[in-house]
Amino acid sequence: MRRIEPLIEAVVHICGFSAVFFVIAIFWFVFEEGASFLWNTLDWGQFLGSIEWYPSSESNRRYGALAMIVGTLSVTMLAMAIAVPFGLGGAIFVSEFSSGRTREVLKVVIELLAAIPSVVWGFIGLMLINPLIMSVFDAPMGLNVLNGALLLALMSVPIMVSIGEDALKAVPDSYREAAEAMGATRWQVVWRVLLPAARNGLLAAVLLGVGRAIGETMAVLMATGHAIHIPTSPLDSVRTLTATIAAELGETARGSDHYQVLFVIGMLLFTMTFAINLIADLTIKGVRR
Amino acid sequence: MSGTPVGAGAGAGAGLPGGQSLFAQAPEGAAAEREQSAVRGVLLIMTVLMVLPVLSIISLLLIKGLPAISLEFLTQFPESGMTAGGIFPAIVGTLWLVGVSLMVSAPVGILAAIYLNEYAPDNWLTRIIQLAIVNLAGVPSIVHALFGVGAFVIFMKMDTSILAASLTLAIMTLPVIIASTREALSSVPMSFREACWNVGASRWQTIWHVVLPNSISGILTGVILQVSRAAGETAPIIFTGAAFYLPYLPASVYDPCMALSMHLFVVSTQVPNVPEELPYGTALVLLGLVLCVNAATIVIRSRLRNRRKW
Repeated sequence: MRRIEPLIEAVVHICGFSAVFFVIAIFWFVFEEGASFLWNTLDWGQFLGSIEWYPSSESNRRYGALAMIVGTLSVTMLAMAIAVPFGLGGAIFVSEFSSGRTREVLKVVIELLAAIPSVVWGFIGLMLINPLIMSVFDAPMGLNVLNGALLLALMSVPIMVSIGEDALKAVPDSYREAAEAMGATRWQVVWRVLLPAARNGLLAAVLLGVGRAIGETMAVLMATGHAIHIPTSPLDSVRTLTATIAAELGETARGSDHYQVLFVIGMLLFTMTFAINLIADLTIKGVRR
Repeated sequence: MSGTPVGAGAGAGAGLPGGQSLFAQAPEGAAAEREQSAVRGVLLIMTVLMVLPVLSIISLLLIKGLPAISLEFLTQFPESGMTAGGIFPAIVGTLWLVGVSLMVSAPVGILAAIYLNEYAPDNWLTRIIQLAIVNLAGVPSIVHALFGVGAFVIFMKMDTSILAASLTLAIMTLPVIIASTREALSSVPMSFREACWNVGASRWQTIWHVVLPNSISGILTGVILQVSRAAGETAPIIFTGAAFYLPYLPASVYDPCMALSMHLFVVSTQVPNVPEELPYGTALVLLGLVLCVNAATIVIRSRLRNRRKW
């Protein structure tokens, strides 16, 4: 055993650095597949400023991703408008207003909510929320921003609850005791003491939820209607960046401009989520200092 | 250690007549107390609204999916252009993908967690590793798919195969295993390690004979969680190894395969005239698999908590 120990420890060290290696590898391979198009052909003005997405047109190919960017942002923002109050409210309820058995049961259910695969969510959007929206809003089709946003809200609530709960837990009990000793009710303690103290952690919880929502693929692919179009109401169909890659990568020839532009979109997504996660991480670390 | 604060409600008021809380009689009094119960009610309703979807989704899938499930459904190939027959090859494919990805991500993830918890010094390098893990967990699944295509399918010439798809899944689920293993390792008290070092054991001997045996159930929980994540993922495997339809079972890791998650996507969006119970049945099998696996981790964890002696 003694003799092979250095070997084992070397392997442990290599595995320890594996995550760094993989993140760099992801960036490198996604970048490499789209690089020549990115440097030579891509017109950034068109890519970010035009809604004309005709990647396989015979005469005049155009790669305007604006409608997809707006699609991603609109679904994400509506989802967050629904999920943030529920996620933070849930975190406060689980951490401060429930105890014992109730809390255990709630945490288990929220964990199960997080475990439902995204393709099953997409299926729910298709079969359950779609007809629901059609009958409630009298709309011709229920596959739209609202449908996708409801699914994304349900998918990002668990992460907000669990990270938000951690943030509230991290506030020392002495803060609570001090406030309660001065006669504050539980809610006053939460509102005036805990929320300000746990501000950064709660912000990070929201950011991680946003990151999750932007990157989600299958559910929005199945539930947002797949129309390249700038939405004017929540009942409009849209297409997101992620859904575009998932829907079109299979039809393209390797190395073609269309294939490469999908990798450029991948880079855009990677950069967005990387920035969000970085900010979230720095905000959490800010709490510890 | 539950972080329950010293309560103004239940705890402090328990011994007082009429269930009145000692603190509630402080000057701000009734208005604040009313506000408190209103807020509590609102939060309760919000939480219930979050919980409700899980229950309604599970019951809907049970009601609509159960009639489709039979022995034939689980053991036969799809027929008539996927509008009839069973989902056998999809179940087999999912087992392949999960199994192969687990063989990669479990050892790498556990060793990475051992490094971070037992070896890593507290410096900027470790900080970067932690940042990388957080970011790896946050990379969108479709970007993992692009990475899988670029790295495994094309660069390493694996073509669309179980191997390429499993490796993509393995990297995607690595942060799950690292995070839960670290948690399990760090719950082993420092004094255990110190005792072991004091009798002359090396670092690795301590890990092997003391730390790992005392944290094995927690590590197992993480591994099982990885299984549930990997089984449900769709986007990373569409272009790396999962097939629309295959009339045969994969013979080795170099073959493509069908998968439950992919099959659900295909029969619910890509194939016309599919009878409703087919996708419902598939969804129920997939969700059932994932939730059973998750339930197992919950049971293990609560057993663990009751058994722990320190």
